[in-house]
Amino acid sequence: MTSTRPLTGTRQSQAIPLLSLSGITKSFSNIVANSNIKLSLNHGEIHALLGENGAGKSTLVKIIYGLISADSGEMYISNTKYRPKNPKDARKNRIGMVFQHFSLFNAMNVYENIAVGLDDSFSELDLRYRIIDLSKKYGLPLNPNDVVGNLSAGQQQRIEIVRCLLQSPKLLIMDEPTSVLNPMEIEQLFNTLRKLASEGTSILYISHKLNEVKELCNRATVLRGGKVIRTCNIKDYSTAEIAELMVGNSVKATVRTNKIFGETLLKIQNLYQDSEDPYGISIKNLNLEIKSGQILGIGGVSGNGQEELMTALSGELKPKKGKILFNGSLINSLNSEERRSLGIFSAPEERLGHAACPDMTLSDNVLITCSKTANLTKYGFIQKDLTKNLAQNIISKFDVRTKDFSSLASSLSGGNLQKFVVGRELLQNPKLLVINQPTWGVDAAAANFIRQAIINLAEAGTAVIIISQDLDELLEVSDDFTALVSGRISNPRPVGDLGLKDIGEMMSGTLLDD
Amino acid sequence: MIEIVPRTQKSNLISATIPIMAVILTMLFGGILFWSLGKNPFETIRMIFWDPLMNETFADYARPQILVKAAPLILIAIGLSFGFRANIWNIGAEGQFIMGAILSGSLGLYMYPQESSILFPLMIILGIFGGILWASIPGLLRAYFNTNEILVSLMLVYVAEQIMAAASIGFLRNPDGSGFPGSRNLSQYPSAANLEIIAGTGIHWGVATSIIAVLFFYILLHKHKFGFQVSISGISPKAARLSGINPKFLIIWCLGISGGLAGLAGMFELTGPAGQINIDFNVGYGFTAIIVAFLGRLNPIGIFFAGILMALTYVGGELTQFMLNLPAAAIQVFQGMLLFFLLSMDLLVNYKIKLKRS
Repeated sequence: MTSTRPLTGTRQSQAIPLLSLSGITKSFSNIVANSNIKLSLNHGEIHALLGENGAGKSTLVKIIYGLISADSGEMYISNTKYRPKNPKDARKNRIGMVFQHFSLFNAMNVYENIAVGLDDSFSELDLRYRIIDLSKKYGLPLNPNDVVGNLSAGQQQRIEIVRCLLQSPKLLIMDEPTSVLNPMEIEQLFNTLRKLASEGTSILYISHKLNEVKELCNRATVLRGGKVIRTCNIKDYSTAEIAELMVGNSVKATVRTNKIFGETLLKIQNLYQDSEDPYGISIKNLNLEIKSGQILGIGGVSGNGQEELMTALSGELKPKKGKILFNGSLINSLNSEERRSLGIFSAPEERLGHAACPDMTLSDNVLITCSKTANLTKYGFIQKDLTKNLAQNIISKFDVRTKDFSSLASSLSGGNLQKFVVGRELLQNPKLLVINQPTWGVDAAAANFIRQAIINLAEAGTAVIIISQDLDELLEVSDDFTALVSGRISNPRPVGDLGLKDIGEMMSGTLLDD
Repeated sequence: MIEIVPRTQKSNLISATIPIMAVILTMLFGGILFWSLGKNPFETIRMIFWDPLMNETFADYARPQILVKAAPLILIAIGLSFGFRANIWNIGAEGQFIMGAILSGSLGLYMYPQESSILFPLMIILGIFGGILWASIPGLLRAYFNTNEILVSLMLVYVAEQIMAAASIGFLRNPDGSGFPGSRNLSQYPSAANLEIIAGTGIHWGVATSIIAVLFFYILLHKHKFGFQVSISGISPKAARLSGINPKFLIIWCLGISGGLAGLAGMFELTGPAGQINIDFNVGYGFTAIIVAFLGRLNPIGIFFAGILMALTYVGGELTQFMLNLPAAAIQVFQGMLLFFLLSMDLLVNYKIKLKRS
């Protein structure tokens, strides 16, 4: 059992907290995102909210900011009951939030973007003065006349911060603010936040980058699986200890009976792949090898080239440079269907809209990837009986809980749809399976089922590449582990040889040589 | 206060009844429009929807006319519906219709007055080719240079109209026409004429072709891989890419099909009801077909009925102009309302309207 009693700092423990939450619970259909959350924030404190993806951090701050409402529980601001109906309510209560993804109009200038998002009305001149004042005072250099589209991510973030500061917030929520910043911009941001805190503004800082949090924050609340694991004075803990709190000690529920690796199946040499997203991370000089029967886990935070690696392997986009060799032959130019004919199957992260088509039935959805390998068409005509049988087969073999093959993909729960998608690829006897975030947003039972299915597949001789943000999962399932950071990976190493420190180093990218 | 909230489940019942509700709303608001123009709304609406089919005086003339006008609408709309399903927006069917007519007409006029049994089939092929040619311009530009096919195809309508005008006073003008604009009348040239298959019914080769097209494209859409690829590309482009569908291939095919069918419709129109290439050859079938495609829920069978309904408003509309002296623009507004209500009612498929006490 872990204690949930806050170990508060000494100086502020007597004062009335700025914001306190108790018993906050929120569930989405079958997933409990927040369970009985207790949290208190002191005046002028920089408080970290830590947790793996899916731990419930975003849900919690969305509740505080009025974007969603909790199923139960209570919030107080300086001992007054606080129940925001919408973000406007939150702002009235002087709570501001800077999102990870900015909501700015690229074609408009800084002044216009700020003016558009304000609840209170200012005269233009007055507002311009205030913008310049604030940006000087807090080290947020901004020119009101600059067009937003030309600004860097760091500068755009400053606009969002200034927009919040104009409402003189008592609490500023920052959601993963450094994910888009370069080290210099991070330093600048930290100075701004420290100055704000010294003037009494509380900051709730969401992150999973432990070093940053240790540098900036006073206290931290660690969430795991929607529950508060601990609230602690961050200076008293080592990074490794916090990491352990975040990740937890998982119970190994899956069973691996054999590990027989065959020949090298896939070889990636000096791969470069541009991101389709203008702010995305491109794959840079990536080398990788995988043998049949091997499970390779690729960790790292999503958005570090995960999507790009996936599309390069699935054949959805052709690599910019480098070689992808399958069984010794070059497959760079093959599209996804041609690669599936060779036995390379992939299951993308986004299930609805990418792996499956939401408004189509399950029997139509099997056509997306099995059309050729399962011979579902004859002279181009769809053999409806075959698609129905295959869909029904997947449903029964992979325990997909739904009516039958005629259900729309969008009517399935996340876990069931993922079982369907994984089952669809698995039944085609892949030689190589690439799977991105196999259990993201999936309930524990289904997640376990999917992991076991992947293991069974590897035992039968398939090479599997799992790209996941879930470290537990990777350590449980994979034979070898590496992390994809800023579009680059370190050399994979056997999972058994890795300590938490090694993993941390791999995931922070310090092992990458420049 | 009224609030619009997303539905958790798509309503199939509402999806099916929307075209009917749209027609009813159009009648209601059209009625108000006619009333404000000083006409009896009930009489006007009866004259549009009922008299062409059932009135003893008009029906003999009007019924064949409905088929004659529905055929090009159905042909063009079926072609457009494939692109619309895949989010490929060909707005320039009118231009493709014209180019199909000009190309096939050129051959017919060149061969005049020799009689040959292969002339008509050759003209059909040229008509299709003319439409494909015109549609391939926005198609190739979109596929290889990512230009906006909506703008390009629309602009090309005006280019086609100018070519049509140039042809009717220039290179295709009737040499025996005493200087008036317009070509020879192809419907009076037996080898090139698109005649009624059964006299007095209005069923000419274009009508027969459009019925065959309904069946053919229904099968293509629902039974063939191509239909699946078109549908999935429209709903989830990323899933389409995972499936290995080449978006360029799809853009070119969808524009090719819609252009070809529009060109074919132009050819049948030229050699039958219109007869000659002239400045006023095109009457807006290519644009009205957009309404027909949506009214028919982008489904060939639905488009068939929508085409008949729309032709009814044309024929009935002419009747009101003739009998009640209603301005032609009023009928166009009436047709426009139909699309407007259809698209606005579409909101109800995914959203529901809630009354909320504030």
